[in-house]
Amino acid sequence: MALQVEDLRVHYRTTKGDVHALDGVSFSLEDGEIVGLAGESGCGKTTLGKSLIRLDGRMRHVGGSAVLDGDELPIGDDRAMNARRWKEVSIIPQYSMSALNPTRKIGKMTAELLRARGKSYRSLKGELVRRLELVGLSEKVLDNYPIELSGGMKQRVVMVLSTLLDPSLLIADEVTSALDVTNQKAVAETLVKFRDMGFVKSMIVVTHDLSLVYQIADTIMVMYAGRIVEKSPAETIIKAPKHPYTKALIGALPEVGLEYGDERLKSIPGKPPHLLEPPTGCRFRDRCPLASEECFQEPPKVVVDEGHEVACWKAEV
Amino acid sequence: MLELKNVWKSYRVGALGSKRLVAVRDVSIDIAPGEVLSVVGESGSGKTTIGKMVLQLTSVSRGSILLDGADVTAKGHAQRKEYYRKVQGVFQDPFSSYNPIFKADRVFETLRESYHPQVKKAEWNARVEEVLQSVRLDPGSVLGKYPHQLSGGQLQRMLIARALLLDIKVLVADEIISMLDASTRIDVLNLLAELRERGLGVLFITHDLSLANYISERVVIMRHGAVVEMGETGKVFTDPQHPYSRNLLGSVPQLHRKWSDDPVEPEALQPDGDREADPAPLVKVGDGHWAAAG
Repeated sequence: MALQVEDLRVHYRTTKGDVHALDGVSFSLEDGEIVGLAGESGCGKTTLGKSLIRLDGRMRHVGGSAVLDGDELPIGDDRAMNARRWKEVSIIPQYSMSALNPTRKIGKMTAELLRARGKSYRSLKGELVRRLELVGLSEKVLDNYPIELSGGMKQRVVMVLSTLLDPSLLIADEVTSALDVTNQKAVAETLVKFRDMGFVKSMIVVTHDLSLVYQIADTIMVMYAGRIVEKSPAETIIKAPKHPYTKALIGALPEVGLEYGDERLKSIPGKPPHLLEPPTGCRFRDRCPLASEECFQEPPKVVVDEGHEVACWKAEV
Repeated sequence: MLELKNVWKSYRVGALGSKRLVAVRDVSIDIAPGEVLSVVGESGSGKTTIGKMVLQLTSVSRGSILLDGADVTAKGHAQRKEYYRKVQGVFQDPFSSYNPIFKADRVFETLRESYHPQVKKAEWNARVEEVLQSVRLDPGSVLGKYPHQLSGGQLQRMLIARALLLDIKVLVADEIISMLDASTRIDVLNLLAELRERGLGVLFITHDLSLANYISERVVIMRHGAVVEMGETGKVFTDPQHPYSRNLLGSVPQLHRKWSDDPVEPEALQPDGDREADPAPLVKVGDGHWAAAG
């Protein structure tokens, strides 16, 4: 098992108090698995991705653990994590277009990065060029400044760089959001290709776009207000969702082929709770059409089927 | 009602405007009252420029835009103000459309000052409440709040409400739901569709084909500044004729069909050639369905 996250809690420090952005998240990732992490903005999906690689100044690791390939990740210890970044855990950031240093040519920047990790650019250059060609870029981009490349090209450069040291876990945070549909498809398929070729062992794809992540993920996790509410194989979660939130989220997605006249899409009323003082019991309670008395209690984690877990009182087995 | 006739737009770019970039090439479209027309395209296709030209935020290089048969190009401030009584726009980022220092409902007050100074305060407030209810907002929960206290969906609907206070004929909606969350964007989308019943023409500019499919009767697909395909939504989306439209539709992620189920290689397209030249002419390929030749 590549990654085992147990009851992870990460808070943001603010002047008003701690925001419970991740409030007891547990899941595991198999070798070679691509997990899609979906949810609305503010549900903690980016925080989860970040926690596994680098907490920024406002974030605090409060409890829980993440074990990668049998070794516990020192989440709260920035310096100890540094030795693992890029080699064991790597990330393709949300704004990867601005992840490149504008004052360096791509090749020089890569060389500097590698030197900082004690690796030799010369010995890795062959592999780097091979991988750039794999994503449709020529060796020439190494002599280009980032400004000379288009958004899609920069995205692909960052993808190749992030995975150059064959990390065990890759976090792809909204990598397709800023791209056009045709580029989106190419980037998403490249992620799968990287997994298939063994450049990365397993992957967490963070996105708000359920229909995109359905295309590439083996498993989909849906987060709501700092918790995972449903996890199941991609096929199951789209065709037979159990949690009312997942159902509502899918019911609100427009699709090619669907017209306003035939079927009216429904929005989800209300908004997610504030995580400064998260409510007790089920957090979707206020917006849930099925909510009842028992939802004031913490919902149980129900295993509906093999690999299909739902945190809901109403999930029938 | 609103008609674009052979509209061209070129921008001056580069140092001291030394180069020319042709952003819109020979576009002719029209919007009828009570219709949502979608303009779809990727970045750089010229779709936003069309919206800007309709809103007179930028000039038209060649061709003309007509509203009810009269050229819209305003001469002077008074004419322009008159034009904005009839045509209004809502843009992508609700948070930068508002001034964060002032309460969000200031957009209604400034509107009264410039367009309805004779209306009494009490009567105006009643009108505002009425229009807020018509966009499905609870006046009590949005009035007197600052922009950061409201959600993106609420802010966008307030801007639509503001436009409705003017008795507009055309609303230009440029990517107005791209920044909203899945759970709230549908409210705004359904609202736009309801505006049709008021006899409003909506120019819906988007990069998202599924949104265009959902709310519009007719759709225009643009590439490199020119129209490559246009027609009734059902026909364009089920039977796309231009290779570019086919590529676009093939790349859209869908919930019930995986890319890997029937892998299609994207078709080879003509590269971006001389933009000064006339684009390939549109050919009628079916009833209410046109596609560019070649």
